[in-house]
Amino acid sequence: MTAEWLKELWRYRELLYFFAWRDVKIRYKQALLGASWAVLQPLLTMAIFTVIFGRIAHVPSDGIPYPAFIFCALVPWTYFASTLTLASNSLVANTTLITKVYFPRVLLPAASAASGMVDFGISSILLACLLTYYGVGIGWVLLFIPAAVLVMIILAVSVSMLFAALNVRYRDVKYVIPFLVQVWLFLTPVIYPPSSVPKRYKALVALNPMSGVVEAFRSCLFPSYRADLSLLVTSLVVTILLLIIAIVYFQRTEREFADII
Amino acid sequence: MKDPIIVEGVSKRYVLGALAHETMLRERFARMFRGAFGRKREKQDILWALKDVSFQVAKGEVVGIVGRNGAGKSTLLKILSKITYPTSGAVHVEGRLASLLEVGTGFHEELTGRENIFLNGSILGMKKREVSARLDSIVEFAGVERFLDTPIKRYSSGMRLRLGFAVAAHLDPDILIVDEVLAVGDAAFQKKCLNAMEGLRSGGRTVLFVSHNMAAVENLCSRAIWIDGGQVQQDGPAQDVIKSYLTTFADSARVSADLTSVSERRGTGEVRYTSVEFLAQDGQPQPVTRSGDPVVVRMHYVASDTIAGASLGFRISTETGTLITETSTWHHSLDLPDLEPGPGYIDLEIESLNVLPGRYLFTIAATGRGGHMYDYLDNCIRVDIEPSNIYNSGRALDSRYGIVYFPQRWRLEGLKAAKTANGRAGQLDPAAEEEKTVT
Repeated sequence: MTAEWLKELWRYRELLYFFAWRDVKIRYKQALLGASWAVLQPLLTMAIFTVIFGRIAHVPSDGIPYPAFIFCALVPWTYFASTLTLASNSLVANTTLITKVYFPRVLLPAASAASGMVDFGISSILLACLLTYYGVGIGWVLLFIPAAVLVMIILAVSVSMLFAALNVRYRDVKYVIPFLVQVWLFLTPVIYPPSSVPKRYKALVALNPMSGVVEAFRSCLFPSYRADLSLLVTSLVVTILLLIIAIVYFQRTEREFADII
Repeated sequence: MKDPIIVEGVSKRYVLGALAHETMLRERFARMFRGAFGRKREKQDILWALKDVSFQVAKGEVVGIVGRNGAGKSTLLKILSKITYPTSGAVHVEGRLASLLEVGTGFHEELTGRENIFLNGSILGMKKREVSARLDSIVEFAGVERFLDTPIKRYSSGMRLRLGFAVAAHLDPDILIVDEVLAVGDAAFQKKCLNAMEGLRSGGRTVLFVSHNMAAVENLCSRAIWIDGGQVQQDGPAQDVIKSYLTTFADSARVSADLTSVSERRGTGEVRYTSVEFLAQDGQPQPVTRSGDPVVVRMHYVASDTIAGASLGFRISTETGTLITETSTWHHSLDLPDLEPGPGYIDLEIESLNVLPGRYLFTIAATGRGGHMYDYLDNCIRVDIEPSNIYNSGRALDSRYGIVYFPQRWRLEGLKAAKTANGRAGQLDPAAEEEKTVT
């Protein structure tokens, strides 16, 4: 059943491109500042967090300049958070499409994740500039960055699929998402290093799959940074489990989308 | 060869009521909580949109699906298009299927005409290179060359419609499913659409076509399936099916038709028709209505309130749904005085009912200002028009010779009649021929 499902996805890959292309086009056509929004948002967030958590609260950053430390985590985090926000609404926002045309429904949340890659690309360039500015060198670990990006995408797609499907069934899910994103940010070692987490909570941090993504980014980009390997592995396992759960749940519910949306 | 569409015992159930309303996560939790304490589950309303529907469609067949609103036609198309799934039964579709349940699905206001062509084409299942190859033809069909790079939010609704249909007309499926798309647009556009459908038919494609336009179904389809109450009522040659479908609307009437028990009616009901009588010119009941007879159509109504600005009228159509004529007090720019609450009637005097013998259907309507609908009874009365000696010729003209006739006479002044051998004028001597007019 899943093999058939994946085959159908492959057949419709062009539509994924068109949905993503539509999302990007519309986002940049409608936004007043256009593409500059993609630059400003992470930069402003970094500046505010640096002042509050770096300068005022003196959160440690394991010897890395705080702005670089936090921005490195904010890039994947922003991608994840905005994909989740957009994608969880993607099915409901396209009600007419779902009730009038057949296509693999998963293309809609997947397209949100794909279109988010444009913003991710822009903020990655900013990140590269920032790292150069702080004189962070390049190590062989940088070779692992594509793997980290891939895990980030898989995680974003999995969580998005789950919440997009839930949102069709339960309309109050959309009110839960902003709160969830906010809480999730603080549960993820974005503004603090996992090394500063008390020992008894370490397992909890590792169970959060975004911890692994953020830590993987830091390990790849800062040659001196030593991430906890067990944390990376745990997060990866959780991510894969989430992907399986998401596919199973999505497949089970997508047949009735057109009836209940 | 295997049929491209096989529908086997398909049923579709919708759950209304309690469970359907539970669309909030918190309610779901609340229900779990209640469940834990042994409270009974609320009763569920179940609606069977389709019940055990089976049929097969052969390759190249064009099948019309007819039935009233809510009969299950759209559900059937949605199941065939894989938009929704049957509760039980199975559907086998062989070949590339395109379904057109709406024109311009997925159009986005902010995108240009060109961008929307690609997006819409892709949504309908075309490959990007296919759209590119057909772009010029699509643009020409839609007639939007000048506005190709304008966002479609600046398009008129007509342009949008043409663009949507242009894309759809360039799909190249083995099986096409079309739902009532032709109900929109002006007459010229509808004609274009019908021509495109005609082209699909001659192209040997399998087409499933839902419409309330019986003339279109009869014209395009060789076979029709009539669905009523979620079940196949009749499946056979289009003309037969349409006939039996339309007769269910009508209460056979000769002299008068009682409408009080008709439930199939629309409108807000401040004015309701109670009966229609067909009378002779002197107001006496006329048991048989014949071609060319004068007739008085008396429509009885009940008003529940004082009604200002009402317009009363009716339509006559053929058994297969072709509209013959529509008339109303509005067409005559007749300002009716305010109707007082209670019963009343209005007469329409027709000097000569110029329709050929056959069975005709009346649709009657009471409307108000700004298109407000008080009462609307679709094809509610069936009237049999009997043959008469219309041209005083003694020939019984019937529906083979058309639907209507005009008061007429032949003039033979210009005809050169050949002399017969014995010098007598031929039969076609204008002077000798009696002038035939129709009264």
